Amino acid sequence: MGAMCASMVYPLARYIIPPDVPEAQTSRVVAGHEGDLKPNEGKVFRFGDRPGILVRLPDGRYRAYSATCTHLNCTVQYRGDAKQLWCACHNGFYDLNGQVVAGPPPRPLDEFVVNVAAGEIVVTRS
Amino acid sequence: MSDPAATPGGLRSFLEERTGVDALVALGRHKRVPLHRHTIWYYMGGMTLFLFGIQVATGILLLLYYRPSSDQAFESVQFIMTKVQFGWLVRSMHSWSANLLVFVMFAHLGSVFFMKAYRRPREVTWLTGVALMGLMMAFGFSGYLLPWNKLAFFATQVGTEVAGAVPVIGPFIMRLLRGGEQVTGGTLTRFYGFHVAVLPALTTVVLGLHLLLVQKHGMSEPPSIIEARRRSGEPAKSMAFVPHFAIRDAIGWCAAMAVLAGLAAIFPWELGEKADPFAPAPAGIRPEWYFCWMFQALKLLPGHVLGIEGELIGIFAIGLLAALVLLVPFIDRTPGPGDLRSRLMNVAALVVLVIAGVLTVLAYLPPAGGAS
Repeated sequence: MGAMCASMVYPLARYIIPPDVPEAQTSRVVAGHEGDLKPNEGKVFRFGDRPGILVRLPDGRYRAYSATCTHLNCTVQYRGDAKQLWCACHNGFYDLNGQVVAGPPPRPLDEFVVNVAAGEIVVTRS
Repeated sequence: MSDPAATPGGLRSFLEERTGVDALVALGRHKRVPLHRHTIWYYMGGMTLFLFGIQVATGILLLLYYRPSSDQAFESVQFIMTKVQFGWLVRSMHSWSANLLVFVMFAHLGSVFFMKAYRRPREVTWLTGVALMGLMMAFGFSGYLLPWNKLAFFATQVGTEVAGAVPVIGPFIMRLLRGGEQVTGGTLTRFYGFHVAVLPALTTVVLGLHLLLVQKHGMSEPPSIIEARRRSGEPAKSMAFVPHFAIRDAIGWCAAMAVLAGLAAIFPWELGEKADPFAPAPAGIRPEWYFCWMFQALKLLPGHVLGIEGELIGIFAIGLLAALVLLVPFIDRTPGPGDLRSRLMNVAALVVLVIAGVLTVLAYLPPAGGAS
């Protein structure tokens, strides 16, 4: 009886559990072009299957981070008025080094390396 | 000539011989509802059932046009609301009715709790009721994603992430719910399956058991009413379920239908913007009102408390509260109107209600430092 149940339950359970699909290991993307962003602006870009955020600092330099909030995985945005990265879901704030300034996020955002070459803004996983 | 259906009044005997319908008729005839100052709360269960019926009916209608894929779901709901005749009404009624259902269900649960109707021999009735509450909330959570709009996307992101933060089994549950590591079109298809097949099947079983137990045990009278009657020596008052209570029930359902139609017509449910997994979470994001207290609690908890991640503490507290609600009949086993433990439980429930109410109100206020 147990074997009969197991022979029905096992394939069912294996079917329900989604198969492992290896993620594409993206380590470098073109996040935008020079001129896309004015100083004190930011934009979310696609880094593999996850979002990243590119910020042009008020002094014109670029920085990029993972856009996934470390609290509960919402996507953060750049707030020019506060000069901080903000997660609207639970009101978490990060400074321009990705460090938590306020709210519930437990860890800083992962920072990426930004290079500008031939007008392209290239973001690389550090 | 021997066919009972062919003789005058023979349909009844025809049905009785084949289905035993007389037992049901007798049940309705003999069932009585106690009459006292809290009788109005007895209507909440039937009202919840009525609204569930509205959900089933409008849900079936929505199925005729809805397409469960990430590139078609939003557009199909848009089509329902703008092109299909009365589509806006059907969709609005489905959404409003879901919210009213949860509200009335909470009122039903609260009335059962405060009237001590969970006590022996109704412990299993309580357990099935709490299971139904969990199922209704699962309906709400899975249905929220189906329009595939921005709010729904991030609410699902957060909700499944909360499940994922549960120690040991969390990551497995999160993957099972999402159908992968991220919230994608696969999650939408999965939630659709839960919403229209798995949850209705489970609800049918649990609801059937709940109704059966309600019929078996009859309506419970609050211990305070029994005690007051014992002291005064007055006889118990009651009314027949059929027709007196049933007619009042039907009037309540008509009123609920009128309220529902009014809400759906005057405040049609918004669709919002299509979900974009690579767009930031919109300002003012919040889940359905009945999840707002949890959402706000997770917002207020700091990143770390005594070295433990704040969200873990929040999830543990929510889990503990759910367990306590489930175990209510086994915590309070007092047979009489109430000892100290029973009164403490009432106070604790009121405190929880006030805290949940305050957190819900806070969730609707603009956050400090946040864009509204």
